[in-house]
Amino acid sequence: MTEPSLHIEEREGVTTLRLFGRLVTDRLGEVESDFANASTTSRMSQIDLSDIEALDTGGAWLVADLVARLEANGVEVAFSNASAAHRQLIDVVAAARPAEKGIEDPPRGLLPWLSRIGEKTAGIGKSILSLMSFVGETLTVLVRTILHPRRWRPAALVNQMEEVGFNGIPIVVLMSFLIGVVLAFQGASQLRQFGAEIFVVDLIAISILRELGILLTAIIVAGRSGSAFTASMGSMKVREELDAMRTLGLDPIEVLVVPRVTALVIMLPILGFIANIAGLFGGALMSWIELGVSPGQFITRLRENTDVWHLVIGMIKAPVFAAVIGTVACWQAMQVRGSADSVGRHTTTSVVQSIFLVITVDALFSVFFAELGL
Amino acid sequence: MNATNDIERTPVIQVRNLRNQFGSQVVHDQLDLDVWQGEVLGIVGGSGTGKSVLLRTIVGLNRPVAGSIHVLGVDVLHGSRAERLETERRWGVAFQDGALFSSLTVLQNVMAPMREHLNLSHSLMKALGELKISLVGLPPFSCGKLPSELSGGMRKRAALARALALDPVIVFLDEPTAGLDPIGAAAYDDLIGELKRSLGLTVFMVTHDLDSLYAICDRIAVLSEKRVLVEGPIELMKDVDHPWVQEYFTGPRARAAQQST
Repeated sequence: MTEPSLHIEEREGVTTLRLFGRLVTDRLGEVESDFANASTTSRMSQIDLSDIEALDTGGAWLVADLVARLEANGVEVAFSNASAAHRQLIDVVAAARPAEKGIEDPPRGLLPWLSRIGEKTAGIGKSILSLMSFVGETLTVLVRTILHPRRWRPAALVNQMEEVGFNGIPIVVLMSFLIGVVLAFQGASQLRQFGAEIFVVDLIAISILRELGILLTAIIVAGRSGSAFTASMGSMKVREELDAMRTLGLDPIEVLVVPRVTALVIMLPILGFIANIAGLFGGALMSWIELGVSPGQFITRLRENTDVWHLVIGMIKAPVFAAVIGTVACWQAMQVRGSADSVGRHTTTSVVQSIFLVITVDALFSVFFAELGL
Repeated sequence: MNATNDIERTPVIQVRNLRNQFGSQVVHDQLDLDVWQGEVLGIVGGSGTGKSVLLRTIVGLNRPVAGSIHVLGVDVLHGSRAERLETERRWGVAFQDGALFSSLTVLQNVMAPMREHLNLSHSLMKALGELKISLVGLPPFSCGKLPSELSGGMRKRAALARALALDPVIVFLDEPTAGLDPIGAAAYDDLIGELKRSLGLTVFMVTHDLDSLYAICDRIAVLSEKRVLVEGPIELMKDVDHPWVQEYFTGPRARAAQQST
């Protein structure tokens, strides 16, 4: 195996470029710069291929590129001692050499930058409009489905309820239990300074029932089920399954979106309630261990001092959070275009947006209930 | 083209006693197959006879239960890792729907194997990538496109360009003309024939397209009854005394394909 090389000799006004060795793609690195720098002073040149041991498209490209550059400088180029196969390969490659550049660099400068900013800003407005219209479409289909009981899809609904609700119980219970434990522990160390240990019950009950139980459940569900909605429906969109449904006279919103959103709206309050109980249990357990508040004391204090409205306010928020998560997840799935990459991007966006919106809605609720004086 | 004279007498792909089995379902049993240097071999067979499984087994995506496979003289099932890697560089595979990396442009797809295996400057790799894309008949503007922005036929061509990126000795094609319009399919056939002649490629092609079989295949292997039932030039197929082969090669579509060549 000889190393590829290029020798240039000048004689009687004719330049001979002699090629040696295995001119194959693997070894082009060794001769790339020789070819790039090759030049002739004479008007005539010959390319001698007699010592070529092997040639493939990569090598042929180098030769064809060299010929093209020489000819562009007004040099006449002839091949000598080329085998028929090598000549044919070089001709094929020379014919296929792209004349124009395939890719242009993206434009730079102030104007393109401004136009990008403009496009992004308009994009935000467009996506808000698109979310609105998706919500409207879903509501229309939902109402239509409710009015026509034959269009209900109980199997899909129950299936989704099991997936988003029942299968989510362990993680929600564990999370909420731990939050109760942490609240009791942290609350105890602060309240003990004032000798007000018993108030830990109020602290745990109000924060879990009113805010944390539902909010954290909603966040877990957004990460668990919202992402699953976007990923599965997004993949279906990429594989044109949604288009197939439409051609079969099935409305993807009716078949896919409504059962999922409905399942979430039914199951999130139930999950939230379970989370409340687990949180109170964790808090009570920690109060007993850390502060010596017995379970009996805990329950008595809970019943006397914690208004049932805290629980009600928490539960009122749950279906709203569920609707937000479900709608955003399904809407993001509909925005998926083309590639697997796009599915991943929209899944991330779906989770981030739904958590953000859940927290925003929660803040609005807080203001609202505060104004009502509840 | 490449210095392969020393292996010209031995087949580039040699499959012996291959047995593939999924659970209790036996797909291949005692399957023997030879592919010779510089030929286009067409694999045909009814649905479920394991054409794609055979292709996947040869390129190492599916491990057979028994048998041996030699590609370019290397035992791909039992050879060392280094030997296998070296062999893998010398073949290219174009999957049925392209299997292009969806987050990369067409040019980046073609350059991906070069980046991994070759030590070349970026500009040379780019030039070679553009050359491969042009060789398979794609217009220059397709270099910057994402696979999802291409039509099915263009994706197949882009997949072929990626398969050719490292100047392979063998190219495996899975249903290369399925789903193409007749003109596009004929152009693809011409392309394969042209590349075979000019690059000295050996082509292993799973196909159902009778036109392709007549136009470019040097030999045909019929998979049936879990093995290669017959192999040989297409002219011999009509004389094979087997109901499926008879129906396949003497049916109305086969007659039409034969007349057009």
